[in-house]
Amino acid sequence: MTRLLLLFISSIFVHNILLSRFLGCCPFMGVSSKLKTAQGMGAAVVFVIVLASLMTWLTYNYLLVPLHLEYLYTLSFILVIAALVQFVELALKKLNPVLYKSLGIFLPLITTNCAVLGVAVLNMNEGYGLAEALVNALGSSLGFLLAISLMAGIRERIETNDGIPVCLQGLPMALITAGLMSIAFMGFTGIIK
Amino acid sequence: MGQSKVKIITNGILTDNPTFVQCIGLCPTLATTTSVANGIGMGIAATFVLTASNIVISILRKMVPDEIRIPIFIVVIAGFVTVIEFLMKGFTPELNKSLGIFIPLIVVNCIILARAEAFASKNGVFDSALDGIGMGLGFTIALTFLGSIREIFGGGTWFGNPVVSFEPAMLIVLAPGGFIVLGCCMGAFRAIQARAAKMKGLGAVPAAAAEGCGCCVMAKFCQKTEKTDCEEAKK
Repeated sequence: MTRLLLLFISSIFVHNILLSRFLGCCPFMGVSSKLKTAQGMGAAVVFVIVLASLMTWLTYNYLLVPLHLEYLYTLSFILVIAALVQFVELALKKLNPVLYKSLGIFLPLITTNCAVLGVAVLNMNEGYGLAEALVNALGSSLGFLLAISLMAGIRERIETNDGIPVCLQGLPMALITAGLMSIAFMGFTGIIK
Repeated sequence: MGQSKVKIITNGILTDNPTFVQCIGLCPTLATTTSVANGIGMGIAATFVLTASNIVISILRKMVPDEIRIPIFIVVIAGFVTVIEFLMKGFTPELNKSLGIFIPLIVVNCIILARAEAFASKNGVFDSALDGIGMGLGFTIALTFLGSIREIFGGGTWFGNPVVSFEPAMLIVLAPGGFIVLGCCMGAFRAIQARAAKMKGLGAVPAAAAEGCGCCVMAKFCQKTEKTDCEEAKK
């Protein structure tokens, strides 16, 4: 139990998926200019990463390993994720239109998000069991939500600041901000030995 | 298809440089430029996948139904990624270890899917191959450049040989350094571009060229949520 808790906390703060593992930087930079869209994206990522980790874990351990096809993991993971995202989109549209309205638009974006595939591959490389894989997925994706919300909050404030040189406006400033956030997150390193 | 062959290649290296101009494929750029060797390794791996998948997709472009082209492109790309992963495991096991999960993640690198969608699915085999090489070289050069800066100032070495006499700043090699160095380089690149345009008397260049995921293939889904600068910049 302690192990799972430690894994959970370390995947949110210490090994934050965006700020220390560099996974999912495209949406981090692209969808973080407004707080509301950033939170929508973050929530959709939480949803998909947890589901995708479950599915890819099952695919790897019950399909690829028994058939000795482990080397096909890249191909099968991306297909499983793409199919899953399509399916989730359809299901949400039918079952929960309210949720679909707030998350649905982000779902197609997530198929080619390296955070999703990255967490699945990390789970496999670390040899996590099902519980660990799910805890890692939940922690990592919550870390994503946290980082992208913080970033969007900061960027909304930067927008109103006209002291920034023209060549640094937009993405370069966002990258430098992310660097400073990353320094702040390094402070969490000591939590877990 | 009036584009000259040379222009297709220089397009990827300069005018449409994937890292500094299009700002796509940021994750591997940030994560693998901790040293020059890693940067070049990642660049070459991506170039291989990009060129090979461009060729195959260009061959298949008339057979693939429009509705399911993206899944088919992804399968082709994933196939080549598996190939390069095997090759690297066999021939450069150390590089493979230090690049770690970023080798399988070439599959979701937006540069590759973006070129498949924007170029290879519309152009001939030879042109697509050249486009792959050009874009790949542009990416490799950017990674090498960033890797050099981070290794020299953060580790005090270049290709593992000590080069500087001052105390290197460890921070630049660590995660925050990646963001800050890339941000500063991008700013510098834009400043130089603006100055060059001024010298030629072209007047103002669009300050922020196409940005981030606005240029990725999935951008049309983004459009539903917010107007990205991309479409306006392209006009």
